[in-house]
Amino acid sequence: MLDRIEELKAEAEAAIAAAPGAGELEELRVAYLGRKSELTSILRGIGDLDPTERGPVGAAANAVRQALEGALTARRSELEAAELERSLLDDVIDVTLPGTPPVATGHLHLLTRTRREIEDVFVGLGYRVMEGPDVEHDYYNFTALNHPPGHPARMVQDSFYVDPKSLAEGIRVPAWAVARDPAAPGREAEEAAGPDALLPPGPRDVLLRTHTSPMQIRAMESQPPPIFIVVPGTAYRRDTIDATHSPMFHQVEGLAVGDGVSLADLAGTLQEAARALFGPDRETRLKPDFFPFTEPSVQVDVSCMVCGGSGRVDGGERDPVCKGTGWIEILGAGMVDPNVFGFVERSGYDPQTVQGFAFGMGIERIAMLKHGVPDLRMYYENDLRFLGQF
Amino acid sequence: MRVPFSWMREYCDPGLEVDEVAELLSMRAVEVERVIRVGAPSPQGFVVGLVLSAEQHPNADRLSVCEVDTGEATRTIVCGAPNVAAGQTVPVALPGAVLPGGRQLGRAKLRGVVSDGMILSETELEVGDDAAGIMVLGDGAAAGTPLADVLPISESVLDLELNPNRSDCLGVYGVARELHAITGAPLAPAPWSEDAEADGDGEVGDYASVSVEVPELCPRFTARAFSEVAIGPSPAWLKARLVAAGQRPISNVVDITNYVMLMTAQPLHAFDLDRLPGGEVIVRRARDGETMTTLDGVERTFDRETVLVCDRDRPSGIAGIMGGQVSEVSAETTRVLLEVATWDGVNILRTSSMLGLRSEASTRFEKQLHPELAIRGQRIASRLIVELCGARLLPGTIDEAAEIPAPHAISLHGARLDSLLGVHVDREEAIEHLERLEFEVEPDGEDDLRATVPVHRHYDVTREADLVEEVGRLHGFDRLPRTLPEHADRVGGLSREQALRRRAEDAMRDLGACEIVSWSLAAPDLPDRLRLPEGDPRRDAIATDNPLTAEQVAMRTSLVGGLLDAARHNLARDADRVLLFESGRAYLRAAGPAEGGELAGAFAGELPPPACEPHRIGCLAVGAVAPTAWRREARPVDFYDAKGLLEALCSRLGAPLELVPASEPFLHPGRTARIAIDGRESGWVGELHPLVAREWDLPGGAGFEVDLAPLVAASRFGRERYEDVTTYPAVLQDLAVVVAEDVPAERVRAAVLEGGDELLADAELFDLYRGEQVGEGRKSLALRLEFRAPDRTLTDDDVAERREAIKRALAGIGGSLRE
Repeated sequence: MLDRIEELKAEAEAAIAAAPGAGELEELRVAYLGRKSELTSILRGIGDLDPTERGPVGAAANAVRQALEGALTARRSELEAAELERSLLDDVIDVTLPGTPPVATGHLHLLTRTRREIEDVFVGLGYRVMEGPDVEHDYYNFTALNHPPGHPARMVQDSFYVDPKSLAEGIRVPAWAVARDPAAPGREAEEAAGPDALLPPGPRDVLLRTHTSPMQIRAMESQPPPIFIVVPGTAYRRDTIDATHSPMFHQVEGLAVGDGVSLADLAGTLQEAARALFGPDRETRLKPDFFPFTEPSVQVDVSCMVCGGSGRVDGGERDPVCKGTGWIEILGAGMVDPNVFGFVERSGYDPQTVQGFAFGMGIERIAMLKHGVPDLRMYYENDLRFLGQF
Repeated sequence: MRVPFSWMREYCDPGLEVDEVAELLSMRAVEVERVIRVGAPSPQGFVVGLVLSAEQHPNADRLSVCEVDTGEATRTIVCGAPNVAAGQTVPVALPGAVLPGGRQLGRAKLRGVVSDGMILSETELEVGDDAAGIMVLGDGAAAGTPLADVLPISESVLDLELNPNRSDCLGVYGVARELHAITGAPLAPAPWSEDAEADGDGEVGDYASVSVEVPELCPRFTARAFSEVAIGPSPAWLKARLVAAGQRPISNVVDITNYVMLMTAQPLHAFDLDRLPGGEVIVRRARDGETMTTLDGVERTFDRETVLVCDRDRPSGIAGIMGGQVSEVSAETTRVLLEVATWDGVNILRTSSMLGLRSEASTRFEKQLHPELAIRGQRIASRLIVELCGARLLPGTIDEAAEIPAPHAISLHGARLDSLLGVHVDREEAIEHLERLEFEVEPDGEDDLRATVPVHRHYDVTREADLVEEVGRLHGFDRLPRTLPEHADRVGGLSREQALRRRAEDAMRDLGACEIVSWSLAAPDLPDRLRLPEGDPRRDAIATDNPLTAEQVAMRTSLVGGLLDAARHNLARDADRVLLFESGRAYLRAAGPAEGGELAGAFAGELPPPACEPHRIGCLAVGAVAPTAWRREARPVDFYDAKGLLEALCSRLGAPLELVPASEPFLHPGRTARIAIDGRESGWVGELHPLVAREWDLPGGAGFEVDLAPLVAASRFGRERYEDVTTYPAVLQDLAVVVAEDVPAERVRAAVLEGGDELLADAELFDLYRGEQVGEGRKSLALRLEFRAPDRTLTDDDVAERREAIKRALAGIGGSLRE
């Protein structure tokens, strides 16, 4: 009897493993485990057996029954999985069609990106970021930056002056901060009122700042040395727009004042900045220059990022970017002029002892050099075909 | 300023090539913008020729066939100039020579006669401007002599880009002095060291008088007189120098005044003494509205600040800027009064800018020349007029108003020098640099020195810092070490405001918007195009009183104009949708706030800003907000899209947002809301008014503009506190509320929250239904309620009680539950 049970098991297992589909499996279940199957009859007839045989036969038959049920389930899963695979293979899509964008791809303006990049370089060097007004007092834009009266940069053709009638009615400027023409009507009465008298602004007292430098004065008025700041911002000049000029443009001003801050520190700081912005292989050089609010003043050149400083591009042609010189002017800088400190002396800047440097760079120009933008006007046209490139 | 290289080398010749000199000057003194070539690219092939014969060309009336001795041979040259004649010494280009402009001369057959070279005019050589005939050289040069030995026919010219502080380099001798200081090559003695011999009859006072009525604007006026002046062309060398420096030769006396100016930076002016009634010169202010015709033929009108140089009857020139036609030197002139004056630089700049008239003289005078230069100019010019015009100098010099400032001395402390430059410079080296620049230097103590400033740097070098610059640049700024400031205690970083501004911009970018940068200056018709009514404060723009174009006159009071312009620009260029934002300022007619941070327009500094400049985020969508996709139907943007963008922005900043129905002239009156942040009015959100959309050629659009300062002030970003939402689970229930159509959803939600009290953590509206089941004029709002207690698990009774309370609250607004 036990031998027959083993025989049945082997026979059934072989048949299950070979079953090609769900229907055949069901037939096998009926044949081997159904009510009319041999195994069921054996279990049903156990009571007729010799008492000594009942235990072993019963146990063996039940074990085989369980094994066959397991084999049936396993084979069924196997067949179902195969069936699913077959049906999935029929469900084919074109994976090369474009994906569905959850939102459009947005972009920061290249000027914003570049401004942040410059800010971050100087934040890393220990600078804080400050901002100042676009509509500014002549006092901050010129006077306190050592542009003496009659200085060419004060001339009307370079600056947008603000019509005082368009300012809020209550605006007053202390007499010490007005830039009156000495021959202006009523000037004598104003002078007699003393330097602290509050006067309505005249036609040359308020302007659109021509550089971000006025914030040097505002910043120093607000805190004693040491001071390490950069000032990003918008500036305005009466330049007709073309590929390299714009009546509105953006600058980052820098100011570092503290014990022993030297021109060599300026050279090192701007070399670090040039390398951070234009690549680690860049070299810098300083040349004499002139700005009313720095002395000594320098122009900073960076070795050309296009030709690497050789002045020649592929094929030996003259590099048009650096005009064959191997160097590109990137900014103006210098040691803060003692006369400028004189205007903030009461905030702790003694012109005899305090020292530091200042610099100003054009964001448009830096971005042009970094990304090969050929024309300044593209920044303000806001053409998506331009904006989307960055 | 154009500096002919051969002229400068006459004063200082370090034996370097022109490109090396240009580089040295740029790195140590003044920027050389470029090196220009005047004349032939090379002197090769140009020689002195002697015309042996000049015969009529057999086949051409206007041509001559000449036999010319060119040293090594006699050549046949066909010449078209009317003045060619036997016996002339002339400049000749041989075949193979490259002419100015680059053309190489060949052997050419002219009307049947082969020409073996070319006889040249001044213009063809670029050494003068006489094009009427060939140039005839003075005697002395033998045939065959290289032409370059006689004339600067191949001149390199340094084109300097001068800064306003360096008036000394507006003269060739000044640039040579810089080259001497840089290289140490010897500097020729000053050209003014010798004066002319005065041997005329009588003395200057017998012929002329000068009266300066405005000594404050004319610190010095000198005059000398010359008799027996023979006006004629200048010698070739002088013409060549003027041409190379960019000046047109006119006649010997005028050329000499220009030449001395180019040499020393001091302008001069020659009068025809016989055309000056009584020899009187008066320097005075103009009367308001007074007029005069200047040398360029233009009638000019003056004001009280204009200084005129007048004769007895009328003005003859604008001081320091341009002469008039009345007393000009002409071919008939035989007596000359030479004016060399000093003017107030600020006044000259003002007048030339007022008249829109700049000249070689005014660009020099406006930089404030030292009165001492005037007498130097007289000395050099006197010698040249005597020498080149056969004139006699009358004894004496008229010298009016001569206010010569005393020289000043400045201390330079060695410690300060080293500290400012960041490198040690030996005192001996510093002294050498300064002495080469003609400072008189005395050592002072161990490390310091005192330097007396020379005349040519009197106004420019006045403080120790100026001496540091002189020593530093000659030491070499490019030789400085590269160091970083030692202040280890400084801490860099962005302020919270600045970081949150970046977060706001990033949020807009991540929502799919493209940032634009538009003009702060707007056109004056923008308020009308935006339909802003009279009295709208946004019409009160801050305006420039000297705009450059009619399009850019007034500062923008809103970001919406720039967004509309950019949308139109792109839609006109085939974009089917745009989603734009700008992060920038509006400029309002109000005093700058005293507090509220930079984004509100409160900036550091003692004087408050003259205007209020709040920083804003503006956004405009036209077309679909969602990007175009092949299986998505494009739906045009509407109010809720714009509000969704605004809500997403506020959410990224962790700031609460409240909207109140409102109207804006440029927005759809039924689809507009005012933004309130923490109860402060902070901007608008809405759909464009159809007329505004049409004005900008847009199919429609929606957007918002919000002040960033209140958003940032209300921001919880970075200050979030942990809240336990897992220990005691929430109970979620949906609620359908039926209310009258005109009850705003926010009121329903507020009533629900009120009824739910503190157990109701949130109520989110997720569906809106209108239809028969709720009845005409009513709507059903579905809300998902989230009940939660921080300290226990809620029971069914807890929630049921709150639901009843919600019912009661809703009844207060005419709402009922739809159960």
